[in-house]
Amino acid sequence: MNNAEIIIDGPNLAHGHEAGDHHGHEHHEQHFIWKYIFCQDHKIIGKQFLITGIIWAIIGALMSVFFRLQLGFPDTTFPIMEKFLGEWAKGGKLSPEFYYALVTMHGTILVFFVLTAGLSGTFANLLIPLQVGARDMASPFMNMLSYWFFFLASVLMMISLFVETGPASGGWTTYPPLSALKEASMGSGVGMDLWLLSMATFVISALLGGLNYITTILNMRTKGMTMTRMPLTVWALFFTAVLGVLSFPVLFSGFVLLIFDRNFGTSFYLSEIFIGGKALPHIGGSAILYQHLFWFLGHPEVYIIMLPGMGMASEILATHSRKPIFGYFAMIISLVGITVLAFVVWAHHMFVTGMSPFLGSIFVLLTLLIAVPSAVKVFNWLTTIWRGNIRFNPAMLFALGFVSLFISGGLTGIFLGNSALDIHLHDTYFVVAHFHIVMGVSAFFGMFAGIYHWFPKMFGRFMNNSLGYIHFFITFAGAYLIFWPMHYEGIAGMPRRYYDYSAWESFKHFQGVNAFISIVAMIVFFTQLLFVLNFFVSIFRGRKMTTLNPWGSTTLEWTTPINPGHGNWIGEIPEVHRWPYDYKDDGHGNDFIPQTMPLRPGEESH
Amino acid sequence: MSVFIIITLIVLVFVIIYQIGKASEYAVVLRGEEKVKTQTNRTIAFLLLVMFVLGVWGIWECNEMFKDRMLPVAACKTGENYDLMFKYTIIVTGIVFFLTQGILFWFCFKFQATGKRTAFYFAHNNKLELIWTTIPAIAMAILVAIGLRNWFEVTSVAPANATVVEVVGKQFNWMIRYPGADNQLGKRDFHKINDANNILGLDWSDPHNMDDIISQSGELHVVVDKPVKLLIGSRDVIHDVGLPHFRMKMDAVPGITTTLWFTPTITTAKMKELTHNPDFVYEIACDQLCGKGHYSMRGTIIVETQAEYDAWLLMQPSYYSQNNPSAAPAAMPAAPKTDSVKAITKK
Repeated sequence: MNNAEIIIDGPNLAHGHEAGDHHGHEHHEQHFIWKYIFCQDHKIIGKQFLITGIIWAIIGALMSVFFRLQLGFPDTTFPIMEKFLGEWAKGGKLSPEFYYALVTMHGTILVFFVLTAGLSGTFANLLIPLQVGARDMASPFMNMLSYWFFFLASVLMMISLFVETGPASGGWTTYPPLSALKEASMGSGVGMDLWLLSMATFVISALLGGLNYITTILNMRTKGMTMTRMPLTVWALFFTAVLGVLSFPVLFSGFVLLIFDRNFGTSFYLSEIFIGGKALPHIGGSAILYQHLFWFLGHPEVYIIMLPGMGMASEILATHSRKPIFGYFAMIISLVGITVLAFVVWAHHMFVTGMSPFLGSIFVLLTLLIAVPSAVKVFNWLTTIWRGNIRFNPAMLFALGFVSLFISGGLTGIFLGNSALDIHLHDTYFVVAHFHIVMGVSAFFGMFAGIYHWFPKMFGRFMNNSLGYIHFFITFAGAYLIFWPMHYEGIAGMPRRYYDYSAWESFKHFQGVNAFISIVAMIVFFTQLLFVLNFFVSIFRGRKMTTLNPWGSTTLEWTTPINPGHGNWIGEIPEVHRWPYDYKDDGHGNDFIPQTMPLRPGEESH
Repeated sequence: MSVFIIITLIVLVFVIIYQIGKASEYAVVLRGEEKVKTQTNRTIAFLLLVMFVLGVWGIWECNEMFKDRMLPVAACKTGENYDLMFKYTIIVTGIVFFLTQGILFWFCFKFQATGKRTAFYFAHNNKLELIWTTIPAIAMAILVAIGLRNWFEVTSVAPANATVVEVVGKQFNWMIRYPGADNQLGKRDFHKINDANNILGLDWSDPHNMDDIISQSGELHVVVDKPVKLLIGSRDVIHDVGLPHFRMKMDAVPGITTTLWFTPTITTAKMKELTHNPDFVYEIACDQLCGKGHYSMRGTIIVETQAEYDAWLLMQPSYYSQNNPSAAPAAMPAAPKTDSVKAITKK
């Protein structure tokens, strides 16, 4: 009891609570600001990340609707866009500058703000302490800072949307010299400076969060929770944090050099440039250097996005198949493999930059090596559901959809990772299709699965199932309808990031396909709003949770009260006696044995 | 007004769907949770299977639809190898795709919870795991082997007899420089660039520059069955020379010269016949986002016979003579044009 009280007291001490006098009353007396805004409770911080992520996801997705209108119907005007975007869509047609700004912001927002902060920010915060049996993160204060730095990054990015020259428009990768020179593009003005500041702040947030996650997992596991008794979600979130902590600083240094090139006359990335009617004084820099620094994060970033989904899918597939995850150790080892390899494959994004062909060949080898641990994971998931007893609730459906999309998107990676094939497919719609399926939609499916599965833990209520089913089927079908045809466009060489294809003899006949894709994209967008509606209404009006463990799950988070307070467990933290996937007959008619159940006489642990 | 109607309609549809969701939730409570759960489970499992069948049918339809919209046959030797390798990779990934997706959806249907079944406790099996670690590893090794063979072929040093042409990108068009009579490209320096009369910054103190020809229309002429080597550069930001019909591309990076070479095998005229498209043209697409005009940064390639090429080249004035009309005759060697063509054709 005392242990819990000490942690709960954290922020309150300064506000008149005399320690020791208020056993159990702190929650009621906490001021709104300390309970929901500047809160140090990991569960609330997780929700803050999630809700901020949802808001960003709506903005980012809405942007894609706008530019899909342009791509699908380049000859039509949409006066409604002028109402939203004003000057940027004069007469109802996007200007090319703003089209590129939208594309850039869509990428930045979805990759960093939604699928990094919104995904691992949410679930690392929510699940790590709950699943390893800790009262909170190692440093709840740092954890709070992590959210507020993310919030600051969000504010800066939001401001950049409203500056006169528009937000950054050089693509989410912001390659210099385009992003470095104000003369090169409108978006390379103040918008780009704000983008860099925002992203630098974001890196700080990611590091504060990541260090906390790692420390918590390594040091704050409850009694009996050995590393090999941790659920795969925690393992996945652990490697996600490791990837982030080791690679975000490199991105940060890349950004600092770019800030210097932009504002202080250095030439890290600039050399021999004639632009705006004059030759610039920069000599000796390398534009390719930035790409190395960027992709040194950029590639691990893909796995920062993917791993949480993998972890949650593993957990959810096992739970709702009522079977242990197949090959628990193989799953961990493949996570290790993916994490290590993720650091040594970055240059496969740069096969056509003129880099040494020999170096390219090394990266081909290492890249295709990742297919092996990925394949192991897929086969293990398939075997997990084999001869299971599958309950199709929305969480399970999204986890299954995750596997399907991961297979589809992973296989196209084999094309792109092989430089001899990439040389034609590079920067075409094939790439767009590949990464949207494998790290866009698939990661989103992992996230949706997680939200549906842990919503009862977060809010003590259930989300509406029927809406969940509608959400799943439309999104799943929509994802394939949108991205499958894009593969063909890419194989036909259609470049990405084009505003209009009508002048191109080789690509103009894809107009009908583009229109089709745009229509489906809009339907899918509105379906996501249905999910958002379901999410927010269910927080207040959803069916109430009446049992502690609605899914019959083995892991620790379901041993906490229905609406756990700060400190998670009332009384002692439970002790762990067995691995997290003991889905077998417990001798009392249940088909699972919680981790807290001591081993029966004669029973072997895993 | 129409905006208002659309928004109202969308909101209405939302409310309806939401009410359906809500109502079905009450129905569950009324009809008994367990019974409904079993029924729903059966329906969803069936829907998943339907989805898979529809998906396979959709893939078939998609293939049919795109069949005549894809690129024509590769127009160079390495491109043919490319297409072959692409085919192998499609076969390998296609087998895995249909196998794993089929298994996934079939398992979903087959092992749905019915209330009677119990799950089979199956935690691990070393033999199985070894098998599906090894097989992908072998498959990858094969693909890497084919890939690297092609990769080293594509990136190999251009043959000595290759025609050298320089392609330089700027926002937002391609400039193409031919070496002229001496068959050598002269030095250039970005400090000397000006848009009025020296767009590439040719150094006029270098005599090799005097006969160089610059095309600003982005039209690249190459000879069929003769290797051509592109020296690629950029004046401002990163661009990319994308050659979809030749299955290759290479970035144009300011401050760095990159190269690629290929041997075109099909003339533009022949390709017009092959594709039954009188408007067919080989296109150079910028494949690296370079600013607001990125989508319009288009070049073309005319693949022609040696005779046609010679005739065309004959018509091209040197860049120097174009921009320095008075100085040109003095600076140029005697009778440059006709000889220069011969000099190139002799090789």
